[in-house]
Amino acid sequence: MKLTRRYRFAASHRLDVPALGAEENRRLFGKCNNPYGHGHDYILDVTVEGQPDEFGQIVSREAMDSLVRERILQRLDHKNLNMDVAELARRVPTTENLAQTIREMLETGWPLQARLAKVRVAETDRNIFELEIG
Amino acid sequence: MAMLLTRKAEFCASHVCSSPRLSEAENRALFGAAANPNGHGHNYVLEVTIEGETNPVTGMVFDLRELKEVIQNEIVEPMDHRFLNREVPPFDRVVPTTENIAIEIWRRLQPRIDRAGVNLRNVRLYETADLYVDYGGEP
Repeated sequence: MKLTRRYRFAASHRLDVPALGAEENRRLFGKCNNPYGHGHDYILDVTVEGQPDEFGQIVSREAMDSLVRERILQRLDHKNLNMDVAELARRVPTTENLAQTIREMLETGWPLQARLAKVRVAETDRNIFELEIG
Repeated sequence: MAMLLTRKAEFCASHVCSSPRLSEAENRALFGAAANPNGHGHNYVLEVTIEGETNPVTGMVFDLRELKEVIQNEIVEPMDHRFLNREVPPFDRVVPTTENIAIEIWRRLQPRIDRAGVNLRNVRLYETADLYVDYGGEP
């Protein structure tokens, strides 16, 4: 059985790969290459999988919320993803890379009985990225 | 080729999440505000997904009117506008967490849906827009 919980954070970013040069970055990333950055209200869905315990829960909501709050929301909410988040310092903060980074931030020393099964990040209603964890 | 078909339904119900095996303080620690003994409620959203072959004559996997009636009779009628712990077995003895409600929905629907070439595939139950479970009948 899987349980999915939804979280939100607001952050800014700029898509730019210095090695490619200014013109190529503008061509590749368009408006997302604006030197001053821009932001999104990201929606993060975290899915865990496991068996319900004797009290009918596969995960304690409080334990899951604290984990995501401490490891993700406090680190990313109202931050500049390029400048404020060490894990993203050497990665273009596309939502693909953001989803992968969130997975790594959660997975390292994962403390819950239920296993991490999926990370889904919506940059906007129209751009959604899912990382299934087998 | 198998096709997946999903039908959605809603019901509003109240519940208390607490176990008689735990003290009031332990229940409070485990379930938080959901342990309030007088109950609270949710607008549950149910998505029932079935899997089957498209009938070559009718062009359908499953008669949607029948699916609607099954969900209505087995789930919505007994659970909508009810206090789950007091009015809907087995929640007089099983904690009505979203997980356990999804398992009970599966138990009620599966015998009405499964037939040659058609299987209940997934029950997704939203407690709120920010929390849902998926249950596929695994033991």
